[in-house]
Amino acid sequence: MNDTLLSIPKEENAKHHSAFVSGFSDSFVLIQRSLRHIFRNMDQLLSIVMQPIMFMLLFRYVFGGAIDTGGTSYVNFLVAGILIQTAAFGATTTSLSVATDVQRGIIDRLKSLPILSSAVLTGHVVADLVRNVLSSIVMIIVALFIDFRPVASFTDWLMILGLLLLFTFAFSWLSAVIGLLAKSVEAVQWFGFVLVFPLTFASAAFVPTETMPKYLRIFAENQPVTHVIEAMRALMVGTPLGNHGWATLIWCLAIIAICIPLAAHLFRNKVSK
Amino acid sequence: MATTSTKNSIEVKGLKKNFKDLKVLEGLDLTVPKGKMLALLGPNGAGKTTTVRILSTLLKPTGGNAYVEGFDVVKDSRKVRSLIGLTGQYAAIDEYLTGEENIIMMGRLYHLGLEESTRRAKKLLEQFDLVDAGKRIAKTYSGGMKRRLDLALSLVATPPVLFLDEPTTGLDPRSRIAMWNVIERLMKDGATILLTTQYLEEADKLADRIAVIDHGRVIVEGTADELKAKVGSDRLELVFSRPEDADKALKINGSGSIVEQDDRHVLVIPIEGGVEDVKKILDTVSGANIAIESMSIQKPTLDDVFLRLTGHAATLEQAESAKS
Repeated sequence: MNDTLLSIPKEENAKHHSAFVSGFSDSFVLIQRSLRHIFRNMDQLLSIVMQPIMFMLLFRYVFGGAIDTGGTSYVNFLVAGILIQTAAFGATTTSLSVATDVQRGIIDRLKSLPILSSAVLTGHVVADLVRNVLSSIVMIIVALFIDFRPVASFTDWLMILGLLLLFTFAFSWLSAVIGLLAKSVEAVQWFGFVLVFPLTFASAAFVPTETMPKYLRIFAENQPVTHVIEAMRALMVGTPLGNHGWATLIWCLAIIAICIPLAAHLFRNKVSK
Repeated sequence: MATTSTKNSIEVKGLKKNFKDLKVLEGLDLTVPKGKMLALLGPNGAGKTTTVRILSTLLKPTGGNAYVEGFDVVKDSRKVRSLIGLTGQYAAIDEYLTGEENIIMMGRLYHLGLEESTRRAKKLLEQFDLVDAGKRIAKTYSGGMKRRLDLALSLVATPPVLFLDEPTTGLDPRSRIAMWNVIERLMKDGATILLTTQYLEEADKLADRIAVIDHGRVIVEGTADELKAKVGSDRLELVFSRPEDADKALKINGSGSIVEQDDRHVLVIPIEGGVEDVKKILDTVSGANIAIESMSIQKPTLDDVFLRLTGHAATLEQAESAKS
């Protein structure tokens, strides 16, 4: 029985795999880490689920009666908007997680390992995807209790899931960039709010854009959040799809194409302070 | 493969690092022979952490060269990373994972496989006195436990070269001693260690050699004894209420110097031989029926080192600005 701390000969260390296989397994380990965070951080999980439910009830029963959504009932109009708003705020969890890793020195530790260290970002993004799917399921169930009546077929639901995942994926990578740019965890919270708040409220999430003043309306109708919401709404309750599906695809792919390499670049040059 | 001398695990030549206009390292030279420990001693802001970050491939130097086991830290950074373990100033652990999960995660990132990682986690938790805590999430740990877990994480892959950046800063005395014991065992097991510290006592206790750095340069390097010879050893201070007593004591003892402090008369005697020496001096003085009012033993501090070597105190502006 050997009792020394450094007893294992070096040769046994690190079985050598191809860069691809080890990159994949590094990502897997770090995804597992981030997934554990979801249920270990109960306060965060509860706030991510409870807050949107309260918003949904607020709009359904307090404001909803005063908003004219044409042929669609307000609750049917609302659900797509509230789901995407929740997904957008949920995606900012990545920036918090990344900033916390930087602050705690975990990024330094991972970067001093012989691994694909940016896999830590992938881990946080995947955790956002899982968390957002979970919170969306809870919200749709609650919505059904308050007279939400979707007309979506099984294929439509799969496409709705696809939209949700694509949007979350894009916003989580954007969020990773923010997390790496920010100077502190507090700054990240503020930054995420300032970005997501106007994108979700100056959109078609809660009211039809027709009643907005001209310039606000131009912004609201052309920004990505509105496109995702309108596409999802069309699939859920049969409003006209228009070009929203394609616009969503283009916006999300563009965000992803810019943010993944940018995040990787920022990550390489980042050291904990 | 840029091999320099193979008997040195760490070699640093003329290392420079600027952060914009701020010159942090201004031509730092270091060597650490295989299996030895060098302590990098200096105040906040002297460049200790920057040196460790360059050696552990986290920062690129502005100039100069650094090699770990003969590999260039810039050109062969991936190879260097497979040879080093890093423990930073803060416990870089995942607070939402348990101690065991933290270690297993590190093992798997070193591609040791789940089974081997689990085996090492069990062993490391035993060796670091964390068996009971191993199943709890690390958020609940005390400061000392977090640091021990942090050190355990840097040992998962049994790297031959370790960088310990102020491993005991902010720890209570008990945790500090526990940490020292672990570091001493690592030395015995043959690790090459670069330790940074602000405490002369720590460097003295642990390291084979000490390099004192200031403003990004090594200002003196040597064994603890060599350094102390430069700085002065421990001092015994005897306080007398009457000046003639102090004079008499000096005459009997034969060495020392008298310092007048307020209305007290202090005989300061350097002690070379530890406890035995102190006992001899006290026996001699009190044997001559001289009344000693009080006594104390003063150890040389980092401040003493700096005052002697640089003429300025260690706790000046750099320390202040780096604190917040």
